[in-house]
Amino acid sequence: MIASLRAELIRLGRWPTTWVLGGTWLLLNLTFGYVFNYLSYRSADGTTVGPPTGATKQILLQEMMPANAPVTLVQGLPMFGGALVLILGAVAVGSGYGWGTWKTVFTTGPRRITAMGGTLGALGVILVGLVAATFVLDLAASYTVAAVESQSVTWPGFVDSVQGLGAALLICGMWLAAGVLLGTLTRGPALAVGLGLVWSLVVENLLRGVANLLGPLEAVTDVLPGTAAGSLAGALGALTQGDPNGTPGVTTTITGTAAVALLGAYLIAFLVASLTLTARRDVTS
Amino acid sequence: MNIVETHELTKRYGDRAAVDHVSLTVRRGEVYGFLGPNGAGKTTTLRMLLGLVRATSGRATVLGQPPGAPTGLARIGALVEGPGFYPYLSGRANLRVLARYGRHDDVAVEAALELVDLTDRASDRYKSYSLGMKQRLGVAAALLGQPDLLILDEPTNGLDPAGMADMRDLIRTLADHGQTVLLSSHLLGEVQQICDRVGVISGGRLLTESTVAELRGEASLLIRADPLPAARSVAERIVGSAHVSTVDGMLRLATGGERAAELTRALVLADVAVLEVRPEERTLEDAFFEMTHEGATS
Repeated sequence: MIASLRAELIRLGRWPTTWVLGGTWLLLNLTFGYVFNYLSYRSADGTTVGPPTGATKQILLQEMMPANAPVTLVQGLPMFGGALVLILGAVAVGSGYGWGTWKTVFTTGPRRITAMGGTLGALGVILVGLVAATFVLDLAASYTVAAVESQSVTWPGFVDSVQGLGAALLICGMWLAAGVLLGTLTRGPALAVGLGLVWSLVVENLLRGVANLLGPLEAVTDVLPGTAAGSLAGALGALTQGDPNGTPGVTTTITGTAAVALLGAYLIAFLVASLTLTARRDVTS
Repeated sequence: MNIVETHELTKRYGDRAAVDHVSLTVRRGEVYGFLGPNGAGKTTTLRMLLGLVRATSGRATVLGQPPGAPTGLARIGALVEGPGFYPYLSGRANLRVLARYGRHDDVAVEAALELVDLTDRASDRYKSYSLGMKQRLGVAAALLGQPDLLILDEPTNGLDPAGMADMRDLIRTLADHGQTVLLSSHLLGEVQQICDRVGVISGGRLLTESTVAELRGEASLLIRADPLPAARSVAERIVGSAHVSTVDGMLRLATGGERAAELTRALVLADVAVLEVRPEERTLEDAFFEMTHEGATS
C-alpha cells in the first residue's frame, strides 16, 4: 500500500490537472470569499455600484474577519469546491482507463485493491493539502482585510477551526469519492465529469425545486449528497442560499449531526463501490 | 516445471467464445510464439494469464501461481495490447512510477531504458514520443527488475525495420540469459526467427503447438527436367515412389537438398535434360495459412 501510495503521489503530484484544479479552487475561494465581499464593502465609499449600507455592511466586514475563516473555508464547498474535487476524482481514476495505465499498473505486482488504495490515499493527501492551503489562504486574506480596515484581529478558536477543517474534509472527501466512483463506472474522464457536474450543479437543485411542489419528494431530496454537504456548511454558520449574502448550495435542511452521518455514509459507500468494482471487473483497455 | 500452463482455458462474451478451450504450455527459458490472425484470441488469452480478464472456464497457472496473484505478477513483465503510460510524464518518470508499484529501485529504471536504447530521450514527455519509442518504453517497463517471464503482445508493433531487428535481438538475448518469453505476433517471419516453439490460434482455438521446425515440416526438392516421365521414374527409383509428386510441371521430392547431387547424376546418366534443381523449404507462413484455413473451414 505504501509503495502504491508513493507511486500515485509522484504521478498525481506532477500532473498539471491537479495543480490547475487546486489553483482554480484557491482563486475562487479568495475571489468569492474576500475580493468581491471587500469590493462590495468598499463600494459604500462610492467606488462600485450598489453600495451596501448599515447592518449589511457590518455583516460583510464580520464575514471577512479572521474569526470567520472556518466558515469561509466551508461555505463554497457544497457546490463549487465540491464540483472541482469531483472533477479531480473523476479524471484521476477515469483517465487511467483511456491511457491504459490501469492495465499497466495492475500487471506490476500489487493487488488491484492495493493499487486503487494507493490512488485513493494520494488523492486524500492532496485533499488534505488543498483544505489546509485554503484555510491558510483564508486566514491570510482575513488578516489583510482586518489590518487594512484597522480592525482588531481575533483568530478563530481551536474548536471552530477543527470543526471547519473537519467539515471541509468531509464535504470534499464525499464529492471526491463520488468522482472516483463515476470515473470507475464510466471507465473514462469525460462522461464521469459531465455526469458529476450535471448532478452536483443542476439536478440536485432542480429536485429541491420540485420537492417544494411535491411533498413526498422532499424525503428523497433531504438525503441527497449535495443537501448533506450544504447542511453541514449551514450548521457551521455559513449563510444559506436564500440569504442576500448567502452562498449557493448552503442550506439548513438537516441538522449538522445528520449531515455528518450522511456524508460519512456516502463517502464510505462510494469508496467501497469503487474498490469492489475495480477489484472484480475485467480490464480490457 | 512449465512456466505457463493452461487447461481448457475459455473466455466467452455472450454466445461468442473469444478463447475456446485453449491448453498450452510454455517451458522455462524458451521463446514461445503465440501466433494467429487479428481477432484470433491471442490478446484475450494473454490478458487471462495476467489476471486482467477472468476466464469463463478452464484453469491456468503462471509461474506456479493462479493468474493475477501478486507473487506471480511480481516475477512477470508484461506489455499487452500497446503501451499504457501517463502522457504528461517523461519516459523516465513513467518508469519510476511503475518501479514504485513493483518495488524496484531507480537503477532498474536506468537499466531498462538502456536495454531499449531510450536513455537519450528518457527526459522527454511520453506524449512527444513516436509510436516506436512508445513501444520501446512499453518493453522497458516489462523489463523492470529482470522478471522470470516476459509476456509481450506484438512487441514489434510500430517499430521501423531496424527497431524490429533490435527488438528481436533483445528478445533472443533475454532468452539466452534464462528469461522465458511468451510473445504474440501475427508476423510469421518474426516468430520463425526468434521462437523456439509456437502455438497457433485461430477463431479462439489452439490449432497446434510445436517447434517451428515441426510446424514447417520436411524440406523438399524441386526438379525441372525433360522428359518429365523419364525423370520421374529415375526419381522414384532413388527416393521411392511415395516421395515423388508432380506439381506445375515439376517433380517435388520429399527429401532434403543433400540428395540433389545423387539425383542429378542419375538423371544425366539416364539421358534426362536437367533444367533446374532447387531445395524448397516450407515457410512458417505456408504452414500457418494451411492450418488457419483448415481451422476456418472445419
